[in-house]
Amino acid sequence: MIWTAVIAASVGCYLLKLAGLSLPESVLDRPDVHRVAALLPVALLAALVAVETFATDAGLGVDLKLAGITAAVFALLLRAPFLVVIVVAAATTAVLRAIT
Amino acid sequence: MEADRERAAIRRDALGIAAYAAAFGASFGAVSVASGLSVVQTCALSVVMFTGASQFAFVGVVGGGGSALAAIPAALLLGLRNTFYGVRMAGVLGVRGRRSALAAPLVIDETTAMAIARSTRQAQRYAFWVTGVSLFVLWNLGTLAGALGGSAVGDPETLGLDAAVPAAFLALLWPRLDDATNRAVAIGGATVATALVPFLPPGIPVLAAAPIALVAGLRGRAPRRAGE
Repeated sequence: MIWTAVIAASVGCYLLKLAGLSLPESVLDRPDVHRVAALLPVALLAALVAVETFATDAGLGVDLKLAGITAAVFALLLRAPFLVVIVVAAATTAVLRAIT
Repeated sequence: MEADRERAAIRRDALGIAAYAAAFGASFGAVSVASGLSVVQTCALSVVMFTGASQFAFVGVVGGGGSALAAIPAALLLGLRNTFYGVRMAGVLGVRGRRSALAAPLVIDETTAMAIARSTRQAQRYAFWVTGVSLFVLWNLGTLAGALGGSAVGDPETLGLDAAVPAAFLALLWPRLDDATNRAVAIGGATVATALVPFLPPGIPVLAAAPIALVAGLRGRAPRRAGE
């Protein structure tokens, strides 16, 4: 039973990825489709950032993750490189968790 | 020269992402085995499904005592956003037929975010492939280690890695946010998704941001600096 589910869900997830990539060129070349395609990852990734920051097991909530993300925003405003931003976020949250 | 430097920067960033993905892969492996999946089933998920949120949802349903078949829609719901990423990546990658079947497994949050953070088509493609391949290798090695190591694997949260993930996506989105349309769409998407979290099953709130991109794209003008 578990194997059936593993295979079905895995193949399904693969086909979902392939479906997006397989949109015909004639559709992709339309200017309106082009604009929507450019905006889709912006909308989804921003939503992902927000949901991963505020979602808890019990719905919405705030924990020490938010402190890490806030520190990351400051690092970005100071034009810190990508890896520095990640380390700042993780370290801020980790240190605060260790001392609280 | 400039292109070489950009490529080196992309490789460095990709390795950074892959490094924390290895830690999450290990955590996934441990959780999966604890949820009742075998080591081989656990590794099969990381190789074939290869999309973290869906994998965690899958083993979460199985581990929660639900029917294994109920884990299928949970995984698919979280995997659906990769379809939207695919629509964007189709234009970036320019792959067709067999090559799109090869690129498809790598269409996930991280590769899309790394690609759209770059401004030229060449750099976007490079970022997609380098991130995808290094992530695939380390995610799977991490999964295997976690599945075998079980409870010996530490909790990524003690290292603050749960904050590193949204911080990384935010950092990759950052250069796009100087465009007013992008900024409005990002704020709209984040707001709508957050507001829906308490009411909808995991996966759907993030998808609810897609209509905002649709409306803005159909009404507005093309954003500048979209890397075309």
